[in-house]
Amino acid sequence: MCPDHIIELMHEYLDEEIDLDKEQILKEHLQNCKECETIFYELKKTIIFVKSISQMQTPPDFTANVLARLPKEKKKIWMKRWLKKHPLLSAASLFFILMMGSLVSAWNQDREFSVSKQKNLVVKNDTVIVPKGQVVKGDVIVRNGTLKIEGEVQGNVTVINGEKYLASAGHVTGEIDEINEVFDWIWYYMKHTAKEAVDILNH
Amino acid sequence: MEDIIKKRIKQVIKGDQEAFGEIVDIYKNSVYQLCYRMLGNRHEAEDIAQEAFIRAYTNIHTFNQELKFSTWLFRIATNLCIDRIRKKKPDHYLDAEVAGTEGLTLYSQLPSETPLPETELETLELQDAVHKEILKLPEKYRSAIILKYMEGLSLNEISEILGLPIGTVKTRIHRGREALRQQLRYV
Repeated sequence: MCPDHIIELMHEYLDEEIDLDKEQILKEHLQNCKECETIFYELKKTIIFVKSISQMQTPPDFTANVLARLPKEKKKIWMKRWLKKHPLLSAASLFFILMMGSLVSAWNQDREFSVSKQKNLVVKNDTVIVPKGQVVKGDVIVRNGTLKIEGEVQGNVTVINGEKYLASAGHVTGEIDEINEVFDWIWYYMKHTAKEAVDILNH
Repeated sequence: MEDIIKKRIKQVIKGDQEAFGEIVDIYKNSVYQLCYRMLGNRHEAEDIAQEAFIRAYTNIHTFNQELKFSTWLFRIATNLCIDRIRKKKPDHYLDAEVAGTEGLTLYSQLPSETPLPETELETLELQDAVHKEILKLPEKYRSAIILKYMEGLSLNEISEILGLPIGTVKTRIHRGREALRQQLRYV
């Protein structure tokens, strides 16, 4: 039977913590002792066996399953990441938000009564009248007021945030537009801006 | 590598779950392996490995960022496995400690009179045999052997994961090695 301290030395060797002197003792003993040599060989073989089965893969959905079981993520983080991932979309949405903001504020500022200046238009308080038998040339635009057409308008009529009465004798040669909702107004504003831009380009 | 993980952990602390997904991807195989070798059952291993990651996520603010994340994560996983093993322990007699042997059970004293048959030399069967023998180890030795030889960790890291002095870890690895040697010598 071999001394216990030789077994101890084997373990030190396998832990890679043996010093040179002890390693020498172990080697000498192993050369002369078949039994210990076998034990040492078996120990090393065991380690190789254990290491050989150490490659394992998780099932494919592992990460997704873990994430699905986590408590809900904060909205703020989600937004931040979304913005980082979609720079073009976020630039576009920022532009859109600013655009909407300016439109809405323009809409809110535009609460004052105003009317396009034309000959023959009669203005009484917030009411604009196209008198009977009179002809108004050009486009008529009324903001925040009422328009009564008893005569004839040779052009388009636009009423923004107001009302329009067309008398039976009244007549409009162009289009009649009534704009009361913000979205209608935005559409009008965009058409108008585009038209202006085209006009500027044409001149 | 460690830098990437530190960065991801900072993001996780702020609540970023996608950053945590990256951490899961980095460690999932080793955590799953640890659980599988400890528990011996793929379904249970997946369940406990997932649980370990979820615990890590919910307790991330208690993690000391000066330390190694993997050590902390393995510690959570090992503890969960040991809890699970203790809850479902089926038969006690072979697992019961022999008096005065620090964790040595009757398993390690069973002589391997029946050498495993030659057909087991086939790789798959050999793997299966090794896996089964690891599972037969008392959990104290099993965890030390798995961390050392399957996860390839240093004695220092294992001592931190298990919360034991290095000397104790060494003893467990020696005993585990010896028990495995006796079971696998004829393979």
